[in-house]
Amino acid sequence: MKYLIGDVLTITKRQLLQLARVPEILVFSTIQPVMFVLLFRFVFGGSIASDQPGGYVQLLMPGIFVQTVAFTLASTAIGLAEDMKKGLIDRFRSLPISRGAVIIGRTFGDALLNILVLTVMALAGFAVGWRPTSGIVQTTLAFLFLFMFGYALSWIGILVGLSVKEARTVQSVGFLVTFPLTFLSNAFAPTTGMPRALQYFAEWNPVSTMVAACRQLFGLTNQFGATKDSWPSQYPLETSLLYMVLLMVIFIPLSIRKYKNYSN
Amino acid sequence: MKSVIAENLVKTYRKGEVVALNDLSLDVEEGTVLGVLGPNGAGKTTTVRILATLIKPDSGHATVAGIDVIKNPDKVRELIGLSGQYAAVDETLTGWDNLVMFGRLYHLGRQPSIDRANELLERFDLTEAARRPIKTYSGGMRRRLDLAASLIVKPKILFLDEPTTGLDPRGRQDMWGVIQDLVQGGVTLLLTTQYLEEADQLANEIAVIDRGTVIARGTSDALKKQVGGERLEITVENSDIAVAQGIVARISGNSTHLDLRTISAPVSTGSVALMDTLRALDEAKIHPLDIGLKRPSLDDVFLSLTGHVAEEIVEEPVKKKRGGKK
Repeated sequence: MKYLIGDVLTITKRQLLQLARVPEILVFSTIQPVMFVLLFRFVFGGSIASDQPGGYVQLLMPGIFVQTVAFTLASTAIGLAEDMKKGLIDRFRSLPISRGAVIIGRTFGDALLNILVLTVMALAGFAVGWRPTSGIVQTTLAFLFLFMFGYALSWIGILVGLSVKEARTVQSVGFLVTFPLTFLSNAFAPTTGMPRALQYFAEWNPVSTMVAACRQLFGLTNQFGATKDSWPSQYPLETSLLYMVLLMVIFIPLSIRKYKNYSN
Repeated sequence: MKSVIAENLVKTYRKGEVVALNDLSLDVEEGTVLGVLGPNGAGKTTTVRILATLIKPDSGHATVAGIDVIKNPDKVRELIGLSGQYAAVDETLTGWDNLVMFGRLYHLGRQPSIDRANELLERFDLTEAARRPIKTYSGGMRRRLDLAASLIVKPKILFLDEPTTGLDPRGRQDMWGVIQDLVQGGVTLLLTTQYLEEADQLANEIAVIDRGTVIARGTSDALKKQVGGERLEITVENSDIAVAQGIVARISGNSTHLDLRTISAPVSTGSVALMDTLRALDEAKIHPLDIGLKRPSLDDVFLSLTGHVAEEIVEEPVKKKRGGKK
């Protein structure tokens, strides 16, 4: 136990070294979100009506931020599944290191990557007209929320990665989960156009509450999407926080247990 | 003293549907090499994974250096080195990165980790490639690096799971050299392989396993004796088979076995029988296509023990030409 922190840092450092050795990883992890920013901004931006001062891009950016951090689930899972397949996890497990260090280290590494990706996206957003108006404190808080959300999802990714053997399967599963979750939400378009059942789902969808929370923190008045009087749309910050805590409380112990008992 | 003891190990998967180990027992004397020989799916890797504390057996127990692998896995991990079937290193990182990282994970401290990494890279002839990502390494280099990673804390007990599977002949030779050096340095080694020649070359003692249990063990020579001594083998044209068979039967004093155009029979007089046969064939004006004395190979051992050839999949029919003649 006394080595836990050191071991975690060594594993985290390994992921940073990967970025240094293969800079493509970083390039490709940021290209997709930046592409989304540009596509949505210039393709849909013109056709989705918005009474938001500053236009659609103000509403769009929180949506893309949340979508991007939501993909942490898949990237954590894929990274872990690859390590398992290559036998690296076996080697780690044959070393006298603290039990949770390998997976905690991975969640830290992915979290650090998220900071980089969020920074690049924020710059891209800024370039195409996104301007948070709430001041430094609230804006920072929004990014803290995004960071935490990605971190919480990372732990689901750990469990998925440990449960599914093939990295390619993990990738498919990851997209199968994250795409509907991010699109059945208020992230890109109002939920008011959806069938009633989907609206109900969308308003409770953690992606929606996160997007709503970020919009609020970035200083937007228009909470477009979620049903106006529902609890999650009235208290998006609290709901999101609750989701994050719940996810971590459930998935951290589950993942650690799975890792300890995992056998091929 | 026994460095490794496994007793009555049972391991099943999918709720008992697949039996990986079925009452497997083995042990390794300190400072010696045990070759665990068996075909794919015989239970070699499962055995290693249990001994290296990666998985727990359903029943049975095992100790490494006298320490119970199930009750005290952390202590065992400090003492062993493990190198698996695949090169278990981070391929995006350089060889140097990997070794330093593993050193840190063994809690060596920063500078000692770096020193040890340099030392191992030098020893395994990887200094030039040290700063390149593992991705660019050849199969043999990867295995050497993987082995180096398992030697960071100079373990006294080493588990190598199929260290040369997938390597070309040269890579295999290099690896054998490296392993032989280690053994001379006094490590206790448990090595699994599906190459009979490899067990023959490297192991003091061989445990043949099939379907999750040890079906024979002993030195390479002892196992070969179990199958019988030397055999005389000659190959002749179809028209000469009958006469040649008569000659071989007379000289060997044993009944002959015919496989296509190859006649064989056990002989006790070795080269004398070979020369006698050659003379007799010459007198009968028969020119053999091939002639020689064959010592039984471990293939023969495996075939006679299990009724199937080692490299083949268990379910395949048995009646095939024997492989592995030297």
